[in-house]
Amino acid sequence: MALLEVSGVSKRFGELRALAGVDLRVEAGQIHGLIGPNGSGKSTLMKCIAGALAPDAGVIRFAGRNLTRAAPSERARAGLSIKFQITSVLPSLSVYDNVLLALQGRDSLVSLLRSATRRARHEAVTAALARFPLIGRADQLAGALSHGEQQWLEIAMALATEPTLLLLDEPTAGMSLEERRLTGELLAPIKTGCAILIVEHDLDFIRGVSDVLTVLDQGTVLDSGSVEAIQASSKVQEVYLTRV
Amino acid sequence: MILVLEMALLTVGLALPLALDHFWIVLATRIVLLCLPALSFDLLWGYSGIMSFGQALFYGTAGYTAALLARDAGLTSIFVIVPACTLIGLVLALAMAWFLLLGRYPPSTIFVALGTLTGAYAADRLARGWYYLGGQNGIPSIPPLTAGPFTIAEGPVYYYLALGALLVVYALCRVLVRSQFGLVLAGIRQHEERISFLGYRVQHFKAIVFTLAGGICGLAGALAAFHDGFVWPNMLSVLLSTQFVLYVLFGGVGTLVGAVIGVASIEYVSFLLADRFQTFWPILLGLLLLFVVLFRRSGLVGLVVTERERFGRFGRAPARAKVERSHGAA
Repeated sequence: MALLEVSGVSKRFGELRALAGVDLRVEAGQIHGLIGPNGSGKSTLMKCIAGALAPDAGVIRFAGRNLTRAAPSERARAGLSIKFQITSVLPSLSVYDNVLLALQGRDSLVSLLRSATRRARHEAVTAALARFPLIGRADQLAGALSHGEQQWLEIAMALATEPTLLLLDEPTAGMSLEERRLTGELLAPIKTGCAILIVEHDLDFIRGVSDVLTVLDQGTVLDSGSVEAIQASSKVQEVYLTRV
Repeated sequence: MILVLEMALLTVGLALPLALDHFWIVLATRIVLLCLPALSFDLLWGYSGIMSFGQALFYGTAGYTAALLARDAGLTSIFVIVPACTLIGLVLALAMAWFLLLGRYPPSTIFVALGTLTGAYAADRLARGWYYLGGQNGIPSIPPLTAGPFTIAEGPVYYYLALGALLVVYALCRVLVRSQFGLVLAGIRQHEERISFLGYRVQHFKAIVFTLAGGICGLAGALAAFHDGFVWPNMLSVLLSTQFVLYVLFGGVGTLVGAVIGVASIEYVSFLLADRFQTFWPILLGLLLLFVVLFRRSGLVGLVVTERERFGRFGRAPARAKVERSHGAA
């Protein structure tokens, strides 16, 4: 059984058909790339999976549970975590507090009322920050970080929840070449702990990190398979790669 | 700086009855009691992003409950009145939270604001029209509060009772907003949707704060009813609810101490203006409030407290050496 099974998911915004019966399977421990031209429905599909948007039709099953109508908090508690396309760190809180918030997302209300929680989570926060080059900036406000650092912080927050599936929507958007290279290196070891579904426009980046690629076009799945198979696919080359 | 302000206010608050005559002590007691619902509104808006125009609903309902217990059941013991009225505030607020906050979809700020406003308006109209509650005149001649064989009449004793209640509530609010629970509230205030994607059931947090705020208003309403000796429909009104909003906006949102400063300064300035400009003092007060709310968004407290301090820190920070060891290890 796949970790994530998306079956026949559709979504309309008025007259615009964003998704039309999309099927997708993500296996445990897999980095699954989702590519497609602008407006192909990648971000809409990510939002439907994370619970930010409710699909008009279709079923989303995660780890055997039907989460199609579940609230985002329930999906997070089930092991889904997302990094949005637009960075959404909490700018007026310190980098440390941003990660701490992510870490204790599944704690009980009683433990949250006890100040000792901060001390209990300290090692985990520093470990999460150490994984990305943010440890020296723990006490700074998240809003003071550069764009690339905010992207890393958000990935660190998404990972801090110890997800079984991480949804990354354009994790390298706005990053320099060096930051992109470093992000690729940082993501590679993560898949031993969780699967990753990643949307990215940088084809070199996504070819480098993905095990499987799915190509969306106009709200439907154009093709899906290994990176080599997709690169060789005449359908993809004709409809997608020639347009980019 | 917030701690300095808190210590200064505490010192002034404790010493006040030593320097004032009876008239001013009664006025000071009213001000202290008004700080409680102002604190409750600061918890809601300043810390949780919930706009409530209905805090007077809980304040007035508890006041009326206290008056009815005294008039119809002869109950005036502080050991009955305070828990019963606090409970009334908690239960009523929980019921409203259930309706306004715990629906299938997250409510908008406007929805909650209008819902609470409607609740206060309906309660005000009900009290004005219900003969059992005394109609427009309310319930007069409430007997004094008692503690065993002792009577707690207005004056220094009642002042210290009100101050004690304020200190306890303030301390509890302070612990709450600086705990990890407070960190979650700070996150909710900045980006509610993001917080829900981390696994937090945001509406549950809001419902808890809303309920606690209702309990604080219930406590204040009961003490105010016994202090003033009467209750009337204005205790439930949208006008009074709006007054609580203005106290906090004027003093400084999201600091707790700003709510206390807001109440004390507005009430004191109102008294001075009313004394000197008997015909047009409300216009002067309105202009002053407008000026501060429009041009000093962080309120009076914002003059001396930085934005970083206003957001505060949450929980006990790990020992410095431990942090440095961890950094070194990384």
